[in-house]
Amino acid sequence: MNLHEYQSKARFAEFGIPVPEGSVAHGSEEAFSLAQQAGCAVAVKAQVLVGGRGKAGGIRLANTPEEAREHASAILGMYIKGHRVRSVLIDPAASIAQEIYLGIANDRAEGKPVLMASAEGGVEIEEINRLRPEAIVREHVDPVAGLFTFQAVKLASAMDLPRKHWRAFGQIVAALVRCFEESDAELAEINPLVITEDDALLALDGKMVIDDNALPRQPQLAALHDSSELSAAEEMAREAGISYVRLDGQIGCMVNGAGLAMTTMDMTLLYGEASGIGPANFLDIGGGARADTVATALRIILQDENVKVVLCNIFGGITRGDEVAHGILTACEEVQLQVPMIIRLQGTNAEEGSRIINDAGLSGIHAAGTLTEAARMAVDAAGKTL
Amino acid sequence: MSILVDENSSVIVQGITGREGGFHTRKMIEYGTAVAGGVTPGKGGEWFEGKPVFDSVESAVKVTGADVSLVAVPAAFAPDAICEAAFAGIRLVVCLTEFIPVRDMMKVMHHVKQTGCRLVGPNCPGLLSPGLAKIGIMPGFIATPGNVGVVSRSGTLTYEVVYALSQAGMGQTTCIGIGGDPVIGTSFVDVLRLFEEDPQTEKIAILGEIGGRAEIDAADFIREHMTKPVAAFIAGASAPEGTRMGHAGAIIEGTEGTAASKIEALRNAGARVAENPEQIPDLLR
Repeated sequence: MNLHEYQSKARFAEFGIPVPEGSVAHGSEEAFSLAQQAGCAVAVKAQVLVGGRGKAGGIRLANTPEEAREHASAILGMYIKGHRVRSVLIDPAASIAQEIYLGIANDRAEGKPVLMASAEGGVEIEEINRLRPEAIVREHVDPVAGLFTFQAVKLASAMDLPRKHWRAFGQIVAALVRCFEESDAELAEINPLVITEDDALLALDGKMVIDDNALPRQPQLAALHDSSELSAAEEMAREAGISYVRLDGQIGCMVNGAGLAMTTMDMTLLYGEASGIGPANFLDIGGGARADTVATALRIILQDENVKVVLCNIFGGITRGDEVAHGILTACEEVQLQVPMIIRLQGTNAEEGSRIINDAGLSGIHAAGTLTEAARMAVDAAGKTL
Repeated sequence: MSILVDENSSVIVQGITGREGGFHTRKMIEYGTAVAGGVTPGKGGEWFEGKPVFDSVESAVKVTGADVSLVAVPAAFAPDAICEAAFAGIRLVVCLTEFIPVRDMMKVMHHVKQTGCRLVGPNCPGLLSPGLAKIGIMPGFIATPGNVGVVSRSGTLTYEVVYALSQAGMGQTTCIGIGGDPVIGTSFVDVLRLFEEDPQTEKIAILGEIGGRAEIDAADFIREHMTKPVAAFIAGASAPEGTRMGHAGAIIEGTEGTAASKIEALRNAGARVAENPEQIPDLLR
């Protein structure tokens, strides 16, 4: 789960990392009064869960409360990479002498978190990583022992940080590691960490990604979930424990297992790409899904008006073909199925599932034997609607 | 022959009295796996399907001599269960459990590495050596004995390919799902090395997906150390960059994690890469 900038910075502050004393506004008048209270120049920053806000014009500096109001009204409601801006953060502007990058993320190959720091902070950190990876210094953190103080010194020294900042920097590194660990984060990043003109260190921007698997034991963080960032279909999927990502093709896919779900999408593109046909979504019903989950999945898929055909590919292991069949029939009773559906059942209780579907005698439902056959049939059916 | 498990593997199930654990224990016994017993703390002394239940892995090992454990307990208890098995001298731990936080798995791996234990998973379907042993949840009837080794990061995609191989008359030595999580106990390279050393395994199918660099490492190993033919499939070519596709592992980062870069690395290493998993039997003929 991604946290908003203001949420990340509030979490940083709980662990003792210095952050600007900003507040969130949902309207331009609120932005005006927050800027007035700040009594200084402010940064007006779009709060959306995507990168590239600065380039999109979602971060602007205001010297007066009137300017803050003007910027807020321009930013609120704008779309950044498809995400609508619903709130802005009003932060007192800082006088910046230097911008540093500091982040920690899981290094899956090493099986350890890795700290990354660079004297060249700011928005172009990914570019720096691509062009000059040596400009970013790295230090792995032992997952059991945690951070050693000397490791922060190593980072400060390797990035040529002036010695007078080492103590403050070391404290921020230690706090960030603790924040990362105790939040079950996959990523915690300060970019930029600025040295102000009066020699203080300040986390000007913040980003955190929390491990979804840890949310049950992190209720405080789970409560920060922003459902306004999700579409109705995505929220429905989240509640049913279904993984769903909307794409822009015509073939709605319902599959069990993430790997097979991606493979099924790949097959629709493999046979359909030449005629402009591809997957409408990624959807994994999960292992051992029951009939009601299957029915919900079908409703989610059919919410997308681009869907011209549904492709259901289930290879039963712990998921049973008969449960899937019952779920499909339940959903079909409720929603008038307006599009053809290709069903391919294989594995556990597949024959029984196929028999249940056949006995129901629904029109527009076609059975396929193999994945290849199912994908080709779906592409053909979608092609007829173009 | 097979790798990691065979008819002599003596298996205990951690969580044998649970819903999942119980269900899969029955399926494993039906398949002919030598299930020696199970562990559920607080239920020691009870019986399940004629198998003794113990309070700890240590006592289960002492009484039964089991060398393999299947962990089928919820995510909140799985890290503890894996460490318990490793410390009790279990040779191979297979963990089915999904949704274990990454931080927990990093700690678990730190401890498991101190012992001689091998962990397969978590979040994996387990292993199947056709006709010999099934440890995990793979449906037994899709596999047949033969000379192809199958290794995969996915669950149901593995079934798809194993089934296609069996339909084509090509049996398997061992089918193994290593799991889709960011931190796992056994890598593609570990399994490829075992298949290369196994005299019965003559050909290998490897099934990867987008995200991470495990397939790139596998390609390096294939180029430098493998003499046996390898066919591969990478899932997720149609996934748009920067999106997360359900698996914790299936996130594209940078260019290394893309399907295109993995396919290229495997091709350059001499593997035959399928654009459709149902082509894999043909590529191994």
